[in-house]
Amino acid sequence: MKRSNAPIFWLLFGAGGMLSALIGAMLVFITGIAAPAAIILPRASLNYDSVLALAQHWAGKGFLFIVIVLFLWHAAHRIFHTLHDLGIHAGAVAKLICYGSAMVGTLLAARALLAIGF
Amino acid sequence: MNARRPYKRPMTGWWQKNPYLVEYMLHEATAFFVAAYAVILLVSAMKLAQGQGAWDQWVVWLTSPLSIGIHFVLLAAFAYHAWSWFNIMPRTLPPIIVDGRKVGPQTITFLGLAATVVLSLLLLIVCWGLAR
Repeated sequence: MKRSNAPIFWLLFGAGGMLSALIGAMLVFITGIAAPAAIILPRASLNYDSVLALAQHWAGKGFLFIVIVLFLWHAAHRIFHTLHDLGIHAGAVAKLICYGSAMVGTLLAARALLAIGF
Repeated sequence: MNARRPYKRPMTGWWQKNPYLVEYMLHEATAFFVAAYAVILLVSAMKLAQGQGAWDQWVVWLTSPLSIGIHFVLLAAFAYHAWSWFNIMPRTLPPIIVDGRKVGPQTITFLGLAATVVLSLLLLIVCWGLAR
């Protein structure tokens, strides 16, 4: 019997859902509200040199990669499985679009974070 | 001969009559907001890789009222996702036995939400420490 690839997608969905539930709201607040509007965090934390230093450090780089990739795969899996509820046939094309865009996002994130350097 | 016209039950709005299904559709819809935020982070990484000019232009958008407004909407969606995620978790986990008794659903939800609060505060403190 051919092994199903479903557990891989399910695992990525679960990991992304857990991570976004645990720290997603705070991340949105920090990067999208606190730093840009200078609430709690200084406006200077968005300076090129500061953010570059964070993204060049192995921990910051790894953290950014994990957040982007897991959030993308979580969303792709959930949207794919909700299509049926909206009356859209969740066939091979829909699967390719959903998981394909998560894959493209993963590769773009890897390329950008590698280009930033260490 | 007329072409066969079988009855197709319409699908629009089927979930709107039942509060349980409305909640289901709401928590499924949070996926679009999670995807949107992932794309914002991805674009940020790409702009950062392009150099200071591209990054500074990106920060102009990030600090605009439109971007901050969008992030308030994202914040609400992520908070709702966290709430629904840990409310569903008791039904998705295998039974957890502690001291011969099954851990109750309220306990699992409470522990999940408590972990969210603790980890979020920790993250804020780390960022605050890094930014000083």
